[in-house]
Amino acid sequence: MPDIEVRLSGVTRVYPGRGGGTHALGPLDLDLHKGEFFAVVGPSGCGKSTLLEMIAGLAPPTEGAVEFEGRPIGAGVPDGVGVVFQENACFPWLTVADNITFGLTRQSLPKAEVERRLARALQLMGLEEFAKAHPAQLSGGMRQRVCIARTLVMEPRLILLDEPFGALDQQTRLLMGDELLRLWRATGATVLLITHALDEAAMLADRVAVMSRRPGRILDVIETGWGPDRDSRIVSDPAFGVVTGKLWSLLREQSLGALQPAP
Amino acid sequence: MIRPGSRVALYRVLAVAVPIALIELACRLGWIGRQTLPPPSEIMVGLYGILRSGRMTGAILETLRNVLVALGGSVVVGIAAGALIHAIAPVRRVLEPLFSTYYAVPIYGFYPLFIVMFGLGDKPEILIGFMLAVVAVITATLNGLDGVPRVLLKTARVLRLGPIGAAWRVTLPYAAAELFTGVKLAVAYSFIGVIGAEFIMSQSGLGYEIRYAYDNLDNAVMYPLILLVLVVAVAVNMTLDAWDRALRARRGAGLGGGR
Repeated sequence: MPDIEVRLSGVTRVYPGRGGGTHALGPLDLDLHKGEFFAVVGPSGCGKSTLLEMIAGLAPPTEGAVEFEGRPIGAGVPDGVGVVFQENACFPWLTVADNITFGLTRQSLPKAEVERRLARALQLMGLEEFAKAHPAQLSGGMRQRVCIARTLVMEPRLILLDEPFGALDQQTRLLMGDELLRLWRATGATVLLITHALDEAAMLADRVAVMSRRPGRILDVIETGWGPDRDSRIVSDPAFGVVTGKLWSLLREQSLGALQPAP
Repeated sequence: MIRPGSRVALYRVLAVAVPIALIELACRLGWIGRQTLPPPSEIMVGLYGILRSGRMTGAILETLRNVLVALGGSVVVGIAAGALIHAIAPVRRVLEPLFSTYYAVPIYGFYPLFIVMFGLGDKPEILIGFMLAVVAVITATLNGLDGVPRVLLKTARVLRLGPIGAAWRVTLPYAAAELFTGVKLAVAYSFIGVIGAEFIMSQSGLGYEIRYAYDNLDNAVMYPLILLVLVVAVAVNMTLDAWDRALRARRGAGLGGGR
């Protein structure tokens, strides 16, 4: 029986508004295993990002409970959780190095330790030459690497990724996926990836949850069966087509439904 | 070969120097009467003499002090009020249309009232300068805070910053460029407000000295003092403008802003 890192029990999220508000998500039960790479796919507006925000402690569930390492998540982001968003979240007035160490300055770590973590993150993300550059001087992919590096230096046990490669071109996404897998193996952290890209989920994850259209529920969880040493070359494996085919057969009807105008 | 930046600087200098040279020529040739306008070169020499003699130092320092007080007050109150109004949406809905019509109100019309309330000292002048400047700072603060991307505020929470830490380390630096624009306007409005008020009714300060010289047909003092006001206002604004451009260039003029 694998260790449970995150547990969601009977979780729903309703955004307040007229006529009882908008029922965005749930009820939903889900377990993330310690050290696994877990992906969530679903049609647009199904509540994927809401799910991530609840696990991150950025938004409380309307009903139900979210636990991280056996403790309920209250108001605020729990220690040990890092989040990478889809949008560029670099601080434009800071250099790459200052962006990366931004969160460490509050931890009263010895300077040598901050330097060590910075050097490692720069090296892991291939940013050594850009430590003194400002985000405006970098490409979209490199800015996203800065955001990932800023999360890594905090040494999180749970990394939440909200469509981190959504704004990147396909080739860059594949390469960033390889880097992400490398980081996941290097850190041993549990990773939750929210994405709308079936191939990305199928390539990166050990397990993929498929969500229904709004209000989002888990339709099924597919095990990919890849080994931990996988990389983007897996896309040419016939088994990869089988996994993405399974995901699409679950999602097609939901995606069509999400395209229909609301009654 | 002249670099494009140097060429622009050269043209800028020429844009000021050529009209001055033409006025100098017109004055020297008698096309413009000496009682109307002395040659610019004489005005400059006159200003040098006034500054060297020290007889206007008190008035200059008084005006600069009042401008600084009006500016400092408008920046502190403007940023605090802007942040408060930004945080309370109903207040903003009520006040924002009023801000856009604020500069249609002739603030100097209140000057007699301020004199009745505060007397003939520095206070009414400072108040006029403050009132002209503060709304520019409030508006700039609102624009600056509006521009802070939500993802940066979420990132601040993920990095475990509290509300004060997020305001100090994320919101304020991000909005700094917009706030700086407000400060630049506040500098101009503080000068206009204070010197204008001194000019109308005061008994001291640079504005008063200019009016006194005007009343006594003393061109040898009036024009050099006008030149002094011009030089100080332009120098301060150009310095702030250069800082502003350097700040924006370093940040890629919003390219890295995450919007």
